[in-house]
Amino acid sequence: MITQSSVFDFVQRRSFIELDARARAASLLDSGSAIELAGPFDRMQSPWLPLQGVAPQSDDGCVVLKGRIAGKPAVVIALEGKFQGGSIGEVSGAKVTTALDLAVRDSQRGSLTPAILLLETGGVRLQEANLGLAAVAEVIASVLKLRPYAPVITLIAGTVGCFGGMSLVAGVSSYVVMTREARLGLNGPEVIEQESGVEEFDSKDRALIWAIDGGEQRVALGMADLLAEDSVDDISLAIRTCLVKGVPSVHRSELVDLYRRRIGSLDVREQIDPVQLRAQWGETEMKGGIR
Amino acid sequence: MNHEVGVRGRKWFRALTGSDVVKAGDPASVLASEVSLATGKALFLCVIPNPENRFPCVRDGQVGLEEAYALAAHIRTAIAEDKIKPSKDKRPIIAIVDVKSQAYGRREETAGIFLAAAAAADAYAAARMAGHPVISLIVGHAFSGGFLTHGYQANRLLAFDDDGVVVHAMHEEAAARITRRTIADLRRLGHEIPPLSYAIRDFAKLGLLHQLLHVEQPDNPTDAEVTKVRQALIDAVADCAESERGLENRWTNDLAAETRKAGIAVRKLMEKQWQET
Repeated sequence: MITQSSVFDFVQRRSFIELDARARAASLLDSGSAIELAGPFDRMQSPWLPLQGVAPQSDDGCVVLKGRIAGKPAVVIALEGKFQGGSIGEVSGAKVTTALDLAVRDSQRGSLTPAILLLETGGVRLQEANLGLAAVAEVIASVLKLRPYAPVITLIAGTVGCFGGMSLVAGVSSYVVMTREARLGLNGPEVIEQESGVEEFDSKDRALIWAIDGGEQRVALGMADLLAEDSVDDISLAIRTCLVKGVPSVHRSELVDLYRRRIGSLDVREQIDPVQLRAQWGETEMKGGIR
Repeated sequence: MNHEVGVRGRKWFRALTGSDVVKAGDPASVLASEVSLATGKALFLCVIPNPENRFPCVRDGQVGLEEAYALAAHIRTAIAEDKIKPSKDKRPIIAIVDVKSQAYGRREETAGIFLAAAAAADAYAAARMAGHPVISLIVGHAFSGGFLTHGYQANRLLAFDDDGVVVHAMHEEAAARITRRTIADLRRLGHEIPPLSYAIRDFAKLGLLHQLLHVEQPDNPTDAEVTKVRQALIDAVADCAESERGLENRWTNDLAAETRKAGIAVRKLMEKQWQET
């Protein structure tokens, strides 16, 4: 219900989505604690884009900030959706993998260092094709290495969403936080329409897209953990909630028997109704939300 | 490079394991078998096309929901059964790869194929991290999310040196369209820019492959060539050092030192900066 105070809160809130990757990452860390690694002045940029007449960016669309959250070590890795659709190339991929590997090293030495991944990405950067695909495999491997020591939290705020190979990174994360505006899926709607036809997926049908990939649905299905409002405070609170929960006793991507059973019992003669699926899956063992 | 996806995969699975019968409880698109390799048994896995698949978007050899979870289930069982064994006794896991892509379907997105793919990648990586030697043998296509789901987490990647073998992020037509190029342009660029190329010999330049295997007849495995490929698998298993659990070997080799210079420079710089903070 809209009340005077809710309107006031809405107007007063500081939007997270409107921030760029660097400001998003900084907003999650204790003030004054953030140090950027391989920042824009280090000029680590894609060697492959200029060869194809595409302007590179001096941070390759990936921001890595090491700092503290509530006084404890953390690393925040943010993809910039406005540069090449947040796509993963050789350099941005190496930044993500290295940051995770260094968090593993610190964690093994006793300084537990969780990672927060801000994913706004369409997946592999096609101008770097095979090095992008290789990078995604390496990022997945590094998340899986860190996950037993410290939580790896994927935040999908919007508006690009998290698609392609990087959706597997969300899938192997300890926790996923989304806003209502955010989307999470392996194949974006346009790709499905292109590959399988408009009758399979109409990429102009926004209601359908959000009914399937949207944050609210993913949380209700138990495929993401927390739904946050588009505000710096609310998102920061969601991230801290996950950090306090710590390493989950079982990770979602390990629930093979549960999901195999669920998939096995689906009637797929027709398309699956997202609302019905929510009723089927949302109320069972997992209840959605944080495990 | 036109080739009927999955046919080769099935042929080599049968040639190496002696059977291509689907196990009870598995979808007809997944082959799993435990056969002896060198001194112990190994788990072989393969995804094949099933024109009757109840999910329409995986009928041509794509990797979908049931395929991903079936792969994950087999691997998880192997990990559990070998849990208390020392690393040297853990069974190798061999992924035979010939996959068109991930499934591009609405049913799949609705039911969370991203998580299914993640569960399979997780299982392969968990096996590797637990000390199982994990080897991928690429006999045909290894595309995009299909390869991330089935095979790309392996300790060692082996591929046939053949025009029918392709590793890539997206098939040529779609990649050309999205990057606004003609297919002719894309092919020309591929000759100059190895990560863009669809040729397996260019992929080999990236330092990601352990071995390119020459076989005379990739579509018709002969006894002599099956013996040769089996030996290559045995050698690759032996090559996985006991302490090795990660994918570092993919960027710490001479080829990567040349082709992946930029990524290696990033790693070096960040390690130094991280120390200083």
